[in-house]
Amino acid sequence: MTDRLTRLLETRDWLLLDGATGTNLFAMGLEAGNAPELWNFEFPDRIRALHKGFIDSGSDVILTNSFGGTSYRLKLHDAQDRVHEINKRAAEIAREVADASDREIIVAGSIGPTGELMQPVGPLSHADAVSAFEEQGRALIEGGADVLWAETISSEEEMAAIAEAASNIGAPLCGTLSFDSAGRTMMGVTSSAYAGMQEKFAQKPLAFGANCGTGAPDLMRTVLGLTEAAPDAIVIAKANAGIPKYVDGAIEYDGTPETMAAYACLARDAGARLIGGCCGTRNPHLKAMRAALEEHIPGERPSLDKIREILGDFSSADDGTGDVAAPTRERRSRRKRAC
Amino acid sequence: MSDEEDDIVLSELSNEELVQQMHDDLYDGLKDEILEGVDILLGRGWEPYKVLTEALVEGMRIVGIDFRDGILFVPEVLLAANAMKGGMGILKPLLAETGAPKQGKMVIGTVKGDIHDIGKNLVSMMMEGAGFEVVDLGINNPVENYLEALDKEDADILGMSALLTTTMPYMKVVIDEMKAKGIRENYVVLVGGAPLNEEFGKAIGADAYCRDAAVAVETAKEYMAQRLHNQ
Repeated sequence: MTDRLTRLLETRDWLLLDGATGTNLFAMGLEAGNAPELWNFEFPDRIRALHKGFIDSGSDVILTNSFGGTSYRLKLHDAQDRVHEINKRAAEIAREVADASDREIIVAGSIGPTGELMQPVGPLSHADAVSAFEEQGRALIEGGADVLWAETISSEEEMAAIAEAASNIGAPLCGTLSFDSAGRTMMGVTSSAYAGMQEKFAQKPLAFGANCGTGAPDLMRTVLGLTEAAPDAIVIAKANAGIPKYVDGAIEYDGTPETMAAYACLARDAGARLIGGCCGTRNPHLKAMRAALEEHIPGERPSLDKIREILGDFSSADDGTGDVAAPTRERRSRRKRAC
Repeated sequence: MSDEEDDIVLSELSNEELVQQMHDDLYDGLKDEILEGVDILLGRGWEPYKVLTEALVEGMRIVGIDFRDGILFVPEVLLAANAMKGGMGILKPLLAETGAPKQGKMVIGTVKGDIHDIGKNLVSMMMEGAGFEVVDLGINNPVENYLEALDKEDADILGMSALLTTTMPYMKVVIDEMKAKGIRENYVVLVGGAPLNEEFGKAIGADAYCRDAAVAVETAKEYMAQRLHNQ
């Protein structure tokens, strides 16, 4: 059976994703250091309001409030034994709000990084990671999520573990990395490398792309890299609404609705089909993005110059893809490391 | 292995060549070779402090530059830091005995609610690699943990890290509490984490925002030099 997201994509060129969970929950009173996931029980009305705000602003896909819902993250709040109920509840709340809409809304079960380094560079084994993601993923699907949605991942190993968990569960998967270090992820993954590794995962994600990272210009460059390397893929773009600033005791992102609308159209022209906002994206941004996408007349693939002109400059000269030779350091010869 | 011609016998190298080779081996994260190199230099009568600064710290400085410039990424830096730590394991007790000069002492930890400690660990390792003493408080630190450790350890520098939009504001909570207690000026406060920027660091009252571990080391050195100068 085809999954619901794939079916909806058969009838639509693009879908609008949602905005920022953290930024919006802060505006509702979440305090620094507290776990947003616990609000699924403490303040379910606020989570409903978060989802409903996104849907009313035009989102077709909403992400559950479960980003930090693996046992590795929840142990920080002494809630490591509540993975199942917290994630199930997150999905149930989103499902309930989605089903109350007169449009078809996809519920995506948000999965974030464990925060642990995976082997070989860190202590977390593949098997333990798979089991943690499987525990979270099962609960999200049980609560009514249509698809699992991994976001802000930085290593191939962690995404591979999530894909294996999705395969074990038999759930469809979307996966986005955060390309925040000179166009690569923290672990050095480039956009073209990420596109190339999709086939290697235990289960091929139905869509993949980029979220968070630095500003919209860098994310657009990543999207160009992804769609160039995988022209037939369903690509996701979820950029931050500008850069965080500290204003009057609160964090505000400086991206305007107009800028996010321009970014959404550029993402569409670059070949992305699932388009939304990450940190800093609030309802006015989504409304502007929806309106702009609906009126948008498809244009040609944007050049880097055009992206720079409309959204601002990139954070680094290149992103490790294309013809630019990767910089290396001249070193003396050495016996090769044992393979 | 057929690469016999590539094989290097560390003990046959001159001091200068050996130190060069150790820089390259740190770069490649070859821990066993670093341990061997440290032992050879000590065996040739080098002061532990000279081994530390000329072989390890200088090697890690090169790693830091290429990390900053997007040539190396976290996995490579972790391997390098791990090799460096191996060498430090040999040198640390010797340094304590010989009373070598100290760069300064840093208390570091991720703020309350933040479990993402990869960046913090990198800073911690790079700071050690640069010769600083580091007291790592780990993750999820409420303001009391920082204040207690700063006092108890007689530290010079406070390092705070946050990776999430939901945890960044807590850095200001800590700095505000330091101000309230009248101890803010006793310490250099450095903040870091992917979503931060310089403006944010200034707005919450930190001395500096450090974009990555390499910048953190450079910034810490500058501030320590200023402090010594002012004393």
